[in-house]
Amino acid sequence: MQRRVLFDNKLLPYLLLAPQVAVTLVFFIWPAAQAVWQSVHLQDAFGLRSEFVWFENFERILTDPNYLDTLRITVVFSVAVTVLSMGTALLLAVLADSKIKGAGAYKTLLIWPYALAPAVAAVLWMFIFNPDIGLLGRGLNAMGIPWDYRLNGGQALTMVVLAASWKQVSYNFIFFLAGLQAIPRSVIEAASIDGAGPARRFWTITFPLLSPTTFFLLVVDLVYAFCETFGTIHALTHGGPGKATETLIFRVYLDGVVNNDLGGSSAQSVILMVIVIALTAIQFRFVERKVHYA
Amino acid sequence: MLTRRTLGLSTAAFVLASGLAGSALAQQKTTIEFWHGLPQPLGGQLEQIVQDFNASQDKVQVNPSFKGSYPETMQAAIAAFRAGNAPHIVQMFEVGTATMMAAGPAIKPVYQLMAETGAGLDPAAYIPAVRGYYSSRDGKMMALPFNSSTSIMFYNKDAFQKAGLDPEKAPATWPEMIEAMKKLKASGVSCAFTTSWPTWIQLEQLGSLHDTPFASKSNGFGGLDAELKINAPLFVKHLDTLVQLQKDGLFKYGGRDNKADALFPSGECAIAHASSGLRSRISKEAKFNWGAAPLPYWPEFAKDGPKNGIIGGAAFWVMTSPKRTPAEYKAVSEFFSYLARPQVDAKWHMDTGYVPVTLQGFQQAQASGFYDKNPGADVPAKQLTRTPTTENSMGLRLGNLPEIRNIIQEEMEKAFQGEQTARQALDNSVKRGNTVLRNFERANKG
Repeated sequence: MQRRVLFDNKLLPYLLLAPQVAVTLVFFIWPAAQAVWQSVHLQDAFGLRSEFVWFENFERILTDPNYLDTLRITVVFSVAVTVLSMGTALLLAVLADSKIKGAGAYKTLLIWPYALAPAVAAVLWMFIFNPDIGLLGRGLNAMGIPWDYRLNGGQALTMVVLAASWKQVSYNFIFFLAGLQAIPRSVIEAASIDGAGPARRFWTITFPLLSPTTFFLLVVDLVYAFCETFGTIHALTHGGPGKATETLIFRVYLDGVVNNDLGGSSAQSVILMVIVIALTAIQFRFVERKVHYA
Repeated sequence: MLTRRTLGLSTAAFVLASGLAGSALAQQKTTIEFWHGLPQPLGGQLEQIVQDFNASQDKVQVNPSFKGSYPETMQAAIAAFRAGNAPHIVQMFEVGTATMMAAGPAIKPVYQLMAETGAGLDPAAYIPAVRGYYSSRDGKMMALPFNSSTSIMFYNKDAFQKAGLDPEKAPATWPEMIEAMKKLKASGVSCAFTTSWPTWIQLEQLGSLHDTPFASKSNGFGGLDAELKINAPLFVKHLDTLVQLQKDGLFKYGGRDNKADALFPSGECAIAHASSGLRSRISKEAKFNWGAAPLPYWPEFAKDGPKNGIIGGAAFWVMTSPKRTPAEYKAVSEFFSYLARPQVDAKWHMDTGYVPVTLQGFQQAQASGFYDKNPGADVPAKQLTRTPTTENSMGLRLGNLPEIRNIIQEEMEKAFQGEQTARQALDNSVKRGNTVLRNFERANKG
């Protein structure tokens, strides 16, 4: 039997909830409803003429071979960013959690990149990778390795994956570190006494006990890769060369803001919303079963 | 979720806030909001002209504000219009022309504004290639031309000398270009040739110079049902040549839009095709002798020699809003009359490298001895006016042209990567571009 809190005043709970409800309505439900409304209309740029077209916008998007290519790139990009940022963060967290000199300094430095705006981070990456002005870009070309992300799609994708992952490593690092510190020392010490080596201790004790953190980060990182990497891509490659680094969210921006195709852009953003909701639901339904809450 | 409405709201809030601040300062004067898309140093030079106008009389106060790049300025203006807060004047790049013309009640055509306020505007005062771009089908001026540019060739005279080429004679045709590139490379130049604005210069200008249609219906001037024609032999031959030159290490692709601008002043590339507006930057940064020349042409596709080039740059559009008063329109027309003066035009041209848009402005610059002191500065104006405009060299009037440009750039990049041939790139561009045109036609009919 759950304990229930009783309010004398019938109005008070609603009043306390009201700000949150208002924020959700104004900043999420209303724009989302607008997107759904616009996704079934065809409009000119200035909003002077509007025509109800049923699901034509969706049909147009889903039969566009370029859209399916973009979907494929998004999957590759998101999986790469998630795996790379979580893997690196876990490795760094384990190292920073061990008994080393100056651990505090390492921890502070590793958290820094999170404070950087994506556009600023992207400019820094450009100073590294640009074939004409970037340190590494020039170095690679000087060594005879042809590096030009403006024409080589694979190189461009590698670069945006690196930049987007780097940005997320800090966030993952904080959570992994907190998760590691919450694991009782006694369990690990007991395993040591039983003769388990560091690798065995990590895989049989630390990693399973970290699973709630890992699961949470998996959901957050996938949503990040799908929806929040716009700034990085916009500043670095603009989706090019060709369409090599164009993800779903970047195409929503291109079609809606640059190309003035509000119907098509809204249809895409509805599709994107469905994909992200589905992904999150699948994770909670199937992946969460393997999660071990302490 | 990213929607236009949220952008519109924030823009509206910003306009409201800045409007309140401004009204306290200028109570007696009519205040005009003017949004532009020119970054520094050009933006500062433009705002100086506005200040000169404000100082020249005491009835009108024009407030210039920088709204980001041209596409961003366009977006801001559209979002503000949707929120009922459009600026009085917006600077719109030339490829946004068809979109603005189709906007109907959102804009007030300049010929109508000038007739209503009795200010008058003589279309014949403007250079034909400029006038044509901004005129309706029946020859009425829809926008006020201001900062027009065209694309020309810049070349490094020192590098030419070193390669055994005549530094006073730039290659006039593409076969000569290719010969020059080979010699430049043989003399140790790492990048013989690059181009800014790949679509505008290598396809749009190409069509105009060779009197070949970029699209049907007189490049879209004849109606919204135009179709792209850029898979014609001229364009295929040209792009194929560029792809081949790139493979041979003679041509360097420097990126979309104006990304390649830096490669010439830095001395890396010996020949560059770029906007005439790049002139001021080259003068400041280049540490070598350089020259300017008209764009080269293909003799086999231009039997009577090359035609005039088309313009780039931007023009000023008057936007409507539910709360506009006749006094505000009158104030806008006074500002426009000031901008149309030949001395303002000539000064802007000489300060920036944009072309003079009026014939008198050009003559004033000539009379002032500017071209004697700056050899080659008259190349853009000469290239624009060397022949009477034909239906293929008047400009482009295609809906959503910015989107079509991006499509073409994507397809070109795939060809430069070796993923497809020049022919395939242009066929795909036509197919995808026509879809854009059909959608625009549908959204803007009736």
